[in-house]
Amino acid sequence: MSFETLVFYLFAALTVFAALRVITARNPVHAALFLVLAFCSMAGIWMLLEAEFLAITLVLVYVGAVMVLFLFVVMMLDVDLVQLREGFWRWFPFGLLLAAIMVFEMIGVLGNRQTAGTGAKLAKHAADYSNTKELGRLIYTDYVYAFELAAVLLLVAIVAAIALTLRRRKDVKSQNVARQVSVRREDNVRVVQVPSEPKAGAAKTE
Amino acid sequence: MIELLHTIQQMGQNLLGAAWMPVWTAVKILVIVVPIMLTVAYLTLAERKVIGFIQVRIGPNRVGPYGLLQPIADGVKLLFKEIIIPSGSNKFLFVAAPILTLTPALAAWAVVPFGFEMSVSNANAGLLYILAMTSLGVYGIIIAGWASNSKYAFLGAMRSAAQIVSYEIAMGFALVCVLMVAQSMNLGDIVHGQQSKAGLFGWYFIPLFPMFLVYLIAGVAETNRAPFDVAEGESEIVAGFHVEYSGMAFALFFLAEYANMILVAALTSIMFLGGWLPPFNIAPFNLVPGLFWLLGKMSFVLFLFLWFRATFPRYRYDQLMRLGWKVFIPLTLVWVAVVGAWMQTPLWLW
Repeated sequence: MSFETLVFYLFAALTVFAALRVITARNPVHAALFLVLAFCSMAGIWMLLEAEFLAITLVLVYVGAVMVLFLFVVMMLDVDLVQLREGFWRWFPFGLLLAAIMVFEMIGVLGNRQTAGTGAKLAKHAADYSNTKELGRLIYTDYVYAFELAAVLLLVAIVAAIALTLRRRKDVKSQNVARQVSVRREDNVRVVQVPSEPKAGAAKTE
Repeated sequence: MIELLHTIQQMGQNLLGAAWMPVWTAVKILVIVVPIMLTVAYLTLAERKVIGFIQVRIGPNRVGPYGLLQPIADGVKLLFKEIIIPSGSNKFLFVAAPILTLTPALAAWAVVPFGFEMSVSNANAGLLYILAMTSLGVYGIIIAGWASNSKYAFLGAMRSAAQIVSYEIAMGFALVCVLMVAQSMNLGDIVHGQQSKAGLFGWYFIPLFPMFLVYLIAGVAETNRAPFDVAEGESEIVAGFHVEYSGMAFALFFLAEYANMILVAALTSIMFLGGWLPPFNIAPFNLVPGLFWLLGKMSFVLFLFLWFRATFPRYRYDQLMRLGWKVFIPLTLVWVAVVGAWMQTPLWLW
């Protein structure tokens, strides 16, 4: 067994373990952290495939941004586990059915020789081969419509999310920074020339 | 110098064969990590001294001549202190959090070049790797805040999470400008792109000046340094995320913060200030080894960090968010378009 195979099995075992713990961990924060671990070990596997751009982007986007916000929300919520577990057995057969469908779909995609390179040897590239450049070229030429479509979809999601949360409230005070910055001394301070009085104490001591 | 390294490598190859590779990598890691740790130690002293002078004080001057042994005394003190684990805390995560903060801060150094082809890993996606690693640092802070089971720590962690996610976007776009200009994500190639006869005028801080400022300020925010230290905010939430930590566990947070500062300084120097290149490619300047130029530029950026801390009051949380989302992100987005258009014209000189 070569070193690479050993690393692969290590990462694969870690991914499976972490993914299982995501759904079995009692504490939602632990579950979210196990998801982070799953992402990280998945990035390791992609790195073995020489997909360095995708691997680092997975860490950057999912671990560095998405999961931070996830954790943020999960930590703030007061999750009642008993309530969550209610009706588990009622929905269990339905979940099982969904899982079975997904497994069949995956077998259909991965087992198909045309869609996945099963068995085909991966081409090794030289160290100076930049798969970022290659990916960019593909995205902006062959797959430009799919890429643009995904971008528009994300934009719609952003607009929708903002539209859902944006509401005007009357009782909120906000500051106008442009006005604050443009404040001059004369606006707030008035220097008054007060005519000096004759010294009060001076006359008495004489 | 290079020949000597090659001879050492040859000798090692002959001596150990295939086992040489991990040994050599370990040596390279040590050569980077040990000086970083020493720099962190003396950066704390420099900070106290510089801020002292700015505030017309003397700063530490009791331990050793000019207080030069102060960091060692501090280190020994922290080592001998007890690590108190709060009773309601999550013990595993409480202990893991400082480690999770320090590890990415050190791991990011793997792709930082100190000279021509002088880095642990000459990775093609170096810039991306740096971004990924610096974005991982926030986990330590969030987990520390949550595992402490303390209100102040939790508030600090929440602030930190929101802050880092917002400033990362601006930082990322600033780096997009750099990689557009350099046409490479390899940090070594980025420095090469800045090499020209014009010396200092060929560096990227001139065409990308707004991005240079955005990166520097976002870097201060990412490292949780004053005036962006709302995660600590000692006057509002005591010490924020590390309020429950003591002894060596606290020291690890401290180390991570300063290691991150040095990292941001190194990256600013590499991406905007010409890395190891001399400012003028003429006799007295280009005789100095490149490493010293890089260290000099890093020291300048680090001095800026200390200067900021001594000069500015802390941002309020909402003002901080406003600066990130309403000023930096639109500015960087516009500048990406400007640079893209500019590069297509003959007016582009870089």
